Formats: sequence, C-alpha cells, structure tokens
Amino acid sequence: MEFFGKIGSSVEGSLAYVGSLTMLAGRAAYFTFIGPFQGKPLRFQRAVSQAMEAGVRALPILSLITFFIGLILALQAAYELKRFGAISFVASAVALSMTRELGPLITAVIVIGRSGSAFAAELGTMKVSEEIDALETMAINPVSFLVAPKFIAMLLMLPCLTIWANFMGILGGSLFGVAQADFTFPRYIVASLDALFMRDVLTGLIKSFMFGATITAVGCLEGLNTTGGAEQVGRSTTRAVVMSIFLVILVDLVFTMLFYFLGEH
Amino acid sequence: MAAAADIFGADTSFDGPMISLRNLRVSYSGREILHGINFDVQRGETLVILGGSGSGKSTLLRTLVGLEKPTSGEVWIRGKNFSAISESDRDEIRKRLGMSFQGGALFGSMTVGENVALPLREHTKLEDSTVEIMVRLKLDQVGLSGFEDFLPSQLSGGMKKRAAVARALAMDPEILFFDEPSAGLDPIIAAGIDQLILELKKAFHMTIIVVTHELASAFLIADRMVLINKGDVVALGTTEEMKNSKHPRVRQFLDRIPEPAVAQELDYLQMLTEPATKSGEGRQGKSR
Repeated sequence: MEFFGKIGSSVEGSLAYVGSLTMLAGRAAYFTFIGPFQGKPLRFQRAVSQAMEAGVRALPILSLITFFIGLILALQAAYELKRFGAISFVASAVALSMTRELGPLITAVIVIGRSGSAFAAELGTMKVSEEIDALETMAINPVSFLVAPKFIAMLLMLPCLTIWANFMGILGGSLFGVAQADFTFPRYIVASLDALFMRDVLTGLIKSFMFGATITAVGCLEGLNTTGGAEQVGRSTTRAVVMSIFLVILVDLVFTMLFYFLGEH
Repeated sequence: MAAAADIFGADTSFDGPMISLRNLRVSYSGREILHGINFDVQRGETLVILGGSGSGKSTLLRTLVGLEKPTSGEVWIRGKNFSAISESDRDEIRKRLGMSFQGGALFGSMTVGENVALPLREHTKLEDSTVEIMVRLKLDQVGLSGFEDFLPSQLSGGMKKRAAVARALAMDPEILFFDEPSAGLDPIIAAGIDQLILELKKAFHMTIIVVTHELASAFLIADRMVLINKGDVVALGTTEEMKNSKHPRVRQFLDRIPEPAVAQELDYLQMLTEPATKSGEGRQGKSR
C-alpha cells in the first residue's frame, strides 16, 4: 500500500512541477505577446543581449562539437554500410540523423550546459541576495524583466543554432565522404540535400523550438525557487541541468512519436 | 487630484495615516509568525520596529511592502487596502514606496548609476539626460557623487547601502523602508547611515519605517517605536515612553538582559510557547 502511495505522491509531484513550468512559460508568453499591447514594455534590448549570450557566443563550441558528431556518424554508418557495398549512402545517413535527431538534441545539450545552468545561477543568486524582492518592491515584474527576455532569446536562437549544427554535422560527414568514400565535396553536399525532405528539417526545428522553451522554463524556475544561501544556488544549477536534459529527452520522445505516427498517414 | 501632483503625475494629497495595520496575521507554511498586529503610522513620522532575531519584525516589514501576503487582517497604505487591490493598483502604490534591503540588493550586473536609474527608466518617460541628472542628484544626496560607473562589487558595505538608499529614493517615495540599515557596518559608517535617515526625514518630511535591533541608532532616529516579540506587539510609544516603560520585555530588551539560562527541556519548551506578554502595559492589538 505504502509503495503505491509513494508512486502516487511522486506522480503528483512531477505533475505539479510540469504545471509550474507551464505556468512560468505562460506568464512569460503573456509579457511577450500580450503585455506590449497593454502598455507593458517589451524588453527588446534585454532580449537581444540574452540572444547574443545564449546564441552567438555558443557558435564556436557548437560548431566544433557538431562537426565531430557528423564525422563520427559517418564513420559509424560506413562501418555497416560498407558490408553491403552501399558506402555512398553515408551522405544521406549523416544528413538524416543530423537534421532529424542529433542536430536539435546536441544543440539543446550544449545550450543547457551554457545557458540553462547560467539562467538558474543568475536568478538563484538574485533570489538569495533579495534582488528579486527588490524588483517587486520597485513594481517591476521579475517575470517580465528577467524571464521573458530569456524566452524570446531562446525561442529565436535555438532553431537558428540547430540549423547551423545540421550544417556543421553534414560538413563533418563530408570530411569522411571525401577522404574515404570517393565523394567530391560538391557531390557529397548534393547527395546530402537529395536525401533530405523539407519535413526532416522542419520536424527538427519544431523540436528545437520546444527544447528552447523547456530549457528556459526549467532554468528560470529552478533559479526562482532557490531559497537559502549560496550553497543552494549551486544545487539549483545542478538540478536545472539534470532536469533540463531529462525533460528535453522526454519532449524529444513525445514529438518523435508524434511525427512518426503523423507521418504514416 | 490635480491640485497636488508630483513630477510623475501622482496624487500626493492623501492625509490619513500613511500605514494602518488591522489585526494583521501572517503565516509561513502553516506556522503563524505574526499574531494580529495593529498600529498606525502618520505622515512624516519615523517608526522604528524593534525586536530580537526571530521576533517576526522582518516578516512584518516584508508584509508592509507586499512581499508576503497576510493570512488575515489588513495592511492599509495611503488609504488603500494593500492586500485586497489588483496587482496593477498595488504596483501604483509600490511606486511611491522605497525599500532599502539589508544587503543592499543592488543588481550586480548593472552599474550604480543604472541601478538608481532603473525605476525611473521603467516607470517614467523621462529623457535619458533628465534621468542622468536625477541619478546624479540622488547619489549626491547619499554622498556617493561620482560613483555612477562603479559596479556594486567595487563598493564597500557602507557604500553599497548608501547606493541602495539612493535607488530607493529614485522615485521620490512618500514612505521609505529600511531593513536593518546598520547591520554589518562599523560604528562610524552606521552613524553615517543614521545621519542620512535624519536628513531625509528633515528635508523631505518622509514617512520612514526602520527595522533594527541597534538600540542607539533606534533612539536617535525614532519618533515612535514598536517592540515586537514572538509575533506580538509588546509595546508601542514614543522614545520617551519606551525609555520609561516598566514592561518586563521592554526592560529586558532595552537593558540588554539575556534570557534566563535554560535548565530543563520543559522550561525551554515553555519559554518558546508562552504568550509574549504577561501584563498589558503599552500593549496594542491584543488578539489572543
């Protein structure tokens, strides 16, 4: 009996967590899309600087990692394809797995490490040093001032980063293609593009958009829920990273299943 | 309404009590911290809230500025029931309150100047040049001229607190709240903060609420004081009345007499649970 009680209460806890994530995202959406029409300021400048930090500054590391991932994918695919004498399919294998899955996912993981953790640390520090309280006493809504710009930045930047990651992955694959599979570089690119349908790229981008919302909501919520001192900020940051990775994978699964069954008809 | 309006177009003609607490009760996760507090604060008055650690004085202050919600009872600020009005009405009132937090609570990513300018940029349509002048004025007022471009991390504790006061003053508030203004400061800098509070009171006829347990500072700046103990008002009166009070808790607090040593667990439990007051002297808002 106690066992079922535990399951029940942990399910309840998880639902409550998802509920508060959705609520925070909803309030941020309100301040982004509806607030400006009711005379509340849209903090465009703050969103731009967040986008610089979360997006543009992530480019070098993202490029490097996704280039390697593309190369690894090519090597792994070639290992199996070679046995069937189908090594020329390596281009389409890399292109499809990058755009449909690994591009969005690897981008999300890197952004979690760089920005999701930073959101939790920033808001957590502000919470424990009473800066969030200070905003409220100054009649400045913390969600509008701090959270909404992060949402705008992430929802715009994550799909952009994903497109870049897809491109770099294909580029990484082409290194193998050119060196080991008798492709010329232009032919590799053409072969990759031939393998892709708009649908493949689009489903990846839809996923990355959802990942952006998830990462921001978790990072900000963990930050805002910090109580106590500096030690708790560290704990919030860790929780934000672990929770984001888990939820991103979960969202990935749900959407991949959705696309799979929608694609059947 | 139009007769008395400040530069932000706000009406300044209210002349009832600036703050009025009616049987205010506040709980944290089921535990009641404040057990029915009643008192009024008049315009231009400096009220010091005294109390030991864990007495509920910080909770009281947080409730006054709307950071905590009362479980029952009412907080009236400028004739409006602070806890029953809409969020946007509450924000309108908040624009006339200034709060100086214990640790300053300056935004670490902004310079001192940007910190002070923030409420002006958010709530007024003043030109940037005007905002800059106002920031300079406010920093001048707290003795921090020329520190606009410093980051909070580059300031000493006392300077941080002064910068926080400058930010609290940015919107020319009618009521100014201080949470432990001299906590963690050396006596000379603490005296400087006291001086600043006295100047603000004299120059702007501001209503000032100070939470502290520094007795010297309290007696210097207060018009009236209220002593909070275990979530109840023990005594409320002018500094003279407090000095002459015979209430055991007031005497204990003012004469700095330690709590009796706890010999037995039972005594300790009783000490924690006994009602805060035994006699009714100077006592307001008896609620239990």
